[in-house]
Amino acid sequence: MQPVSTSTQALPTYPPEVHVALLTYLVQLADTSLVLGHRLSEWCGHGPVLEQDLALANIALDLLGETRSLYQYAAELEGQGRTEDDLAFLRPATEYRNPLLVEQPNGDFAHTIVRQFLFDNFHYHLLQQLQHKPDERLAAIAEKSVKEAAYHLKWSSEWMIRLGDGTEESRQRLEKALRTLWRYADELTTPTPAEQTLQTAGLLPDYASLLPAMQAHTARVFADATLPLPEGVVMQQGGKLGRHSEHLGYLLAELQYMQRAYPGMTW
Amino acid sequence: MTQQEWPLWEVFIRSKQGLDHKHVGSLHAADAAMAMQNARDVYTRRLEGVSIWVVESRHIHASNPDDAAAFFDPAADKVYRHPTFFEVPDSIKHM
Amino acid sequence: METLELTQEEQFQARIDADERIEPKDWMPDAYRKTLIRQISQHAHSELVGMLPEGNWITRAPSLKRKAILLAKVQDEAGHGLYLYSAAETLGASRDQMLADLHSGKAKYSSIFNYPTLSWADIGCVGWLVDGAAILNQVPLCRTSYGPYARAMVRVCKEESFHQRQGFEIMQTLCEGAPEQKAMAQEAFNRWWWPTLMMFGPKDEDSPNTERSMQWRIKRFTNDELRQKFVDMMVPQAEFLGLQVPDKDLHWNEDKKAYDFGEVNWDEFWQVVKGNGLCNHDRLQARVQAHEDGAWVREAALAHARKRAEKAVS
Repeated sequence: MQPVSTSTQALPTYPPEVHVALLTYLVQLADTSLVLGHRLSEWCGHGPVLEQDLALANIALDLLGETRSLYQYAAELEGQGRTEDDLAFLRPATEYRNPLLVEQPNGDFAHTIVRQFLFDNFHYHLLQQLQHKPDERLAAIAEKSVKEAAYHLKWSSEWMIRLGDGTEESRQRLEKALRTLWRYADELTTPTPAEQTLQTAGLLPDYASLLPAMQAHTARVFADATLPLPEGVVMQQGGKLGRHSEHLGYLLAELQYMQRAYPGMTW
Repeated sequence: MTQQEWPLWEVFIRSKQGLDHKHVGSLHAADAAMAMQNARDVYTRRLEGVSIWVVESRHIHASNPDDAAAFFDPAADKVYRHPTFFEVPDSIKHM
Repeated sequence: METLELTQEEQFQARIDADERIEPKDWMPDAYRKTLIRQISQHAHSELVGMLPEGNWITRAPSLKRKAILLAKVQDEAGHGLYLYSAAETLGASRDQMLADLHSGKAKYSSIFNYPTLSWADIGCVGWLVDGAAILNQVPLCRTSYGPYARAMVRVCKEESFHQRQGFEIMQTLCEGAPEQKAMAQEAFNRWWWPTLMMFGPKDEDSPNTERSMQWRIKRFTNDELRQKFVDMMVPQAEFLGLQVPDKDLHWNEDKKAYDFGEVNWDEFWQVVKGNGLCNHDRLQARVQAHEDGAWVREAALAHARKRAEKAVS
């Protein structure tokens, strides 16, 4: 939960296009964990069993902690006096850069699990490499978050298996959730121009290099869950470039309500 | 109808290396992997542990309080088992 | 000699009087067991239902820091509910049955959670006032006679200590902020003050269970004693914040070195207890809904565990 604070550290200097790309990317990562954390926090008090209420909140808290570290770094790198809260609460939906997957509504528990699994599988494998990349501040954030993400992936993978190889009902619900959410999977590993710039500069792993491990893990989990991999799904993209589904607007209306209704105050 | 409540598990946590696992409470889980994760999420939110044991409650055998006298009282008069029973001259060190 | 033989019940009371702890497998009077199950499950239900009014503001918290703190706090309440259900289970109650009693309306939970949280300042008030009152109730329970309950309460109280502080900090920030924020704080305070005083339960003369619970050391102070303690503790804090206590009868009584205060609206108290408060219906409905929506998840996990166990055997 404690954000990684290294504000005493000097900020790195990069060529202008890399600097801009890094800023964009930090905000993208932060938006992603904020939006997903927000969704998970909606479960609080409504989980299927008390123990899982705690688990969902733990994951949400981890993501929120990651969010704050990333926004703080972005705000410093930007150097225009904005704060983490300015970035979270005062940008319109079109400036939010989270992938479409994470803004999708919770639905039933199966939808939440599928969304989480798809995200965790990418997130964990990304952070694993990101922690060794040369941007020190980002690497430090990744190093802290990767431990959390490893746990998240374990949790969501086990639930995929339980629901897939559970009862007839759970299997049907899981398959329905897969049909709904699989279409948002590819966006995670499709680089935006900003991500490409960072990959070229060596600050970000090539997403193709993540795929073998991600696919192997998916194959293992689907086999244990006795599920076939979805096929022939038409993929959707756009969130990372600010083109969102209709769900994000409502999410932000709630998230940003206080700061919009009472501008410029301290809370 | 079959039993629908998840089984009860007892949780034991080692708070730091070098200490025993200590009973901290219980929880419900469908299987051991889930019990372990639930224990982590429920009982170590504030850095309370470095190691967790979980065991299904039905596997624990407990002594009966009615036997307490027969079980434990006989140890009460074996004071010679304790080092303080023995007097050691002041001049003797390291004992 | 025979006249000196103590009955089981007398032996039990003697252990209580000697401040000995009672443990799960020990003999205990049936009424003691029943009273404890009722009290502990009621307490657990309160934690569970108590997640809802605050959970209501997690998605709208005004800063990322506040959001994280609030989420952690509401999550703690889930944990506290869990510790308490576990304690009740050591007495032979099942969580399923306790939840069924909650859902059917047979079991009660703290009425305070049947009031709505309408502004961000309500989150401050819930932490500062409601948790403040809860702590007064709970701290003595760390020494309650039933071991598992006392141990659960030690854990709860340890974790709870940050809850009240975060509430006070929210109120302080509001009271030192813009005029709208100060007004928000006062408005919420006006709504929460009296319901909080009701949290200590009916007046002693209307509390039939108190005497026996005191005798069994399940309870260690009377309702009125705790209520007085709370008022004496909170009035100076409200003054520090610059908030007006909404009670025209409130004044310092030099003779008793404590505050005199107005009469709680007991009609309202009993109405809410009976289920007629503004949020009773919604709160219970939300719990029932969560439980019913979760049924297939719980079944699936069990079914999978059984399949796995069978595979391991074959």
